[in-house]
Amino acid sequence: MIQKVYDWLDERLDLSPIWRDIADHEVPEHVNPAHHFSAFVYCFGGLTFFTVVIQILSGMFLAMFYAPDIVNAFNSVKYLQTEVSFGYIVRGMHHWGASVVIVMLFLHTLRVFFTGAYKAPREMNWVVGVLLFAVILGLGFTGYLLPWDNKAYFATKVGLQIAEVVPVLGPYVKHFLAGGDIVGAETITRFFAIHVFFLPAILLLLLGVHFILIRRQGIAGPL
Amino acid sequence: MNEKPKQPQTSETFGETAKTKDEISRRQFLTYTLMGTGGFMASMLIIPPLRATLDSVLQKKQEEPMVAVADVSEITDEPKRFTFTLTIDDAWVKNQKTTFTAWVFKSENGDIMALSPICTHLGCTVDWNSNPKYPEEFFCPCHGGRYSKDGVNIPGTPPSSPLAVYAYEVKDGKLYLGKLISRS
Repeated sequence: MIQKVYDWLDERLDLSPIWRDIADHEVPEHVNPAHHFSAFVYCFGGLTFFTVVIQILSGMFLAMFYAPDIVNAFNSVKYLQTEVSFGYIVRGMHHWGASVVIVMLFLHTLRVFFTGAYKAPREMNWVVGVLLFAVILGLGFTGYLLPWDNKAYFATKVGLQIAEVVPVLGPYVKHFLAGGDIVGAETITRFFAIHVFFLPAILLLLLGVHFILIRRQGIAGPL
Repeated sequence: MNEKPKQPQTSETFGETAKTKDEISRRQFLTYTLMGTGGFMASMLIIPPLRATLDSVLQKKQEEPMVAVADVSEITDEPKRFTFTLTIDDAWVKNQKTTFTAWVFKSENGDIMALSPICTHLGCTVDWNSNPKYPEEFFCPCHGGRYSKDGVNIPGTPPSSPLAVYAYEVKDGKLYLGKLISRS
């Protein structure tokens, strides 16, 4: 059945070359855990991407239950957590997944660093990766405020105070991020917009570049 | 899909072709296992959000309480406007006070009628005796919908069904109103 649908589409749209380009590629022996078990360290990049996909999916569903507003934000999260069946699992996926993304990202960075995979001709992909790191940290920081509980509020206050000590620009950066003098109504809408629209857009763009570059340049050789 | 173990390429080791009909090839087995595991992981990912999203559909509707609206002695033959307030929990917005309106009167056989003021055409609010051209009728200002005193729509005007009525009961000389019953 599925084969028939695929064949029908393939006949008309010539799909096979497209998915071959995406899925059918060389997996060298030194990165294949089936050959050397220690090669599992090469999985961290893929695992980071996998958890990012989980974040995007669970985040899309969370947005259905969330009101980015100082009166309703906490109550809407509490409602999802306590009154919607499976709601606490959806929020749990996003909550724990957020930490997993950062852990995986860090392990992936370590792997790339210690295998020297950032060296010529792959310097640009290292730079893209560092930008991705910044975007993910930004997503973590902005997402942390959204439940609008005590932890969220004071973490954001501290974060903004850190931004404030940047020489010269600091106070302006802080004011820009908070959208006003205090962490309040405009901060939460701003962080929400950054968290669900701006940063994910940049993230997907950078991920695209990251993947195209790795396909162009191939996986770095063995140690 | 092309990674093959570095072993002598005999049909024995690959087992790509099944010997009999009952045997599955190595490739088939791998496909099933990978699809099964992948499907399981994907469903773990997608089932909780879907269940949470469908929760509003699956939840039982709350029984609407009866609210005291007026003294029976206030009710006459002439439809009178009464308002009453319900406290509604709308998801995370709890204890929302919402005001409802009813046109209440005693019909000819002595029964009390409590009509909803919401026009069945497009949901505007009807008023009693408000248009001098149509006395003793409910009139909707939006598109000229008209209803007779008992709330039945007058043919030739936009509404296609009568005004809804509130379920009611009389207790200790007080009129209690409950949920709306549509009469279409």
